[in-house]
Amino acid sequence: MGNSTTSDVLIIMPAWNEAEAIGDTIREVRRTVSHDVLVVDDGSKDDTAKVAQAAGATVLRLPFNLGVGGAMRTGFKYAIRHGYKAAIQVDSDGQHDPLDIDRVLAGLENADISIGARFAGRGNYDAKGPRRWAMSVLAKVISWVAHTELTDVTSGFRAANQRALHQYIDHFPAEYLGDTIDSLVVAIKSGCRVTQVPVEMKVRQAGTPSTSPLKSTIYLARSGLVLCFALARRRTPPVNRTHAPELGAMAGESGIES
Amino acid sequence: MSVASTLVFAIVMVLAVLQMLRRGKLREKYTVLWLVVGGLTIILGLFPHLLDWSAALVGVRVPSNLLFALAIVLLVGVGLHVSRELTILEDETRILAEEVSILRSGLEAVQARQNAAEAAFKNVDDEAVRPTNKGRN
Repeated sequence: MGNSTTSDVLIIMPAWNEAEAIGDTIREVRRTVSHDVLVVDDGSKDDTAKVAQAAGATVLRLPFNLGVGGAMRTGFKYAIRHGYKAAIQVDSDGQHDPLDIDRVLAGLENADISIGARFAGRGNYDAKGPRRWAMSVLAKVISWVAHTELTDVTSGFRAANQRALHQYIDHFPAEYLGDTIDSLVVAIKSGCRVTQVPVEMKVRQAGTPSTSPLKSTIYLARSGLVLCFALARRRTPPVNRTHAPELGAMAGESGIES
Repeated sequence: MSVASTLVFAIVMVLAVLQMLRRGKLREKYTVLWLVVGGLTIILGLFPHLLDWSAALVGVRVPSNLLFALAIVLLVGVGLHVSRELTILEDETRILAEEVSILRSGLEAVQARQNAAEAAFKNVDDEAVRPTNKGRN
């Protein structure tokens, strides 16, 4: 995937009320890499869609807020219908370094899902207290399920090849944390291989990350619960489809074809 | 007195359900459940001793407890069923939202291409006309 052409890889940016930061993020990404940029406007009340379009991205406008999981599903569906070979999720607030995009994509050479991980040696991103504990426990458990060393399973900076895209369309929960933990566990159970690439995190361009101890504790509890549900979920049959469905075909809604 | 009120209540409920069904405010598959519940309540209102008899049959000492237990089980079941239907509905709504957004972006792309084509066509027309005008002047 190192020398992918413009039509091979789709960059998906879920965005919700990100008008402040998204324009610069898109321009920076387009300066750095030549992949198509798709912004999924998750029912924003501000000018996110207009700003994104002006910056040169294709925009999907969801009629109401579906959450990151729902926005990503929409992006994956778009990617499959338009025949992209791979898709990568990039944050719209500019905290993912565009220079890392091709490095994360390169991870797809020997895996189906490639995660840009924050605690893997590079960069100085750090979380403290319960949130950090939650992240490391989640990472340990999922590493054990995946038989691979994973240090950052809640990272939203992740790439998927066609096999993983089809798997995602069949099961990519639109609920809280479903876009990261749940989807990853089910993808692993369905036979997708996962790898990680160390990346740096930049300071968020707008907005502040939630760091209060109470919020972190709630995060710990909820992510633990999500993990348990994900581990208990029924295994979906292995995905063998590598062809792209016809443009306009109802991908993933007709159940599993074999 | 209490027996009569139970009977009246049950009859009113069945009538309300039938009226909602008639006006299309309740789907048939849900109506059946409430009609069965209403029907059983009417029967119990008419023959209160049925409750004592069935309580003795299953070994419940206080007959009203049998009624309460059955009512709780029924309500929990209904609540669970409604949650399930709601989950299915939310999924369907989400899929529709995804489809709508993808269709809308496709439609906008097609419209933009069509506008560009029309504009180009007009330009070609204008340019084809202009030289002859110039020639005449």
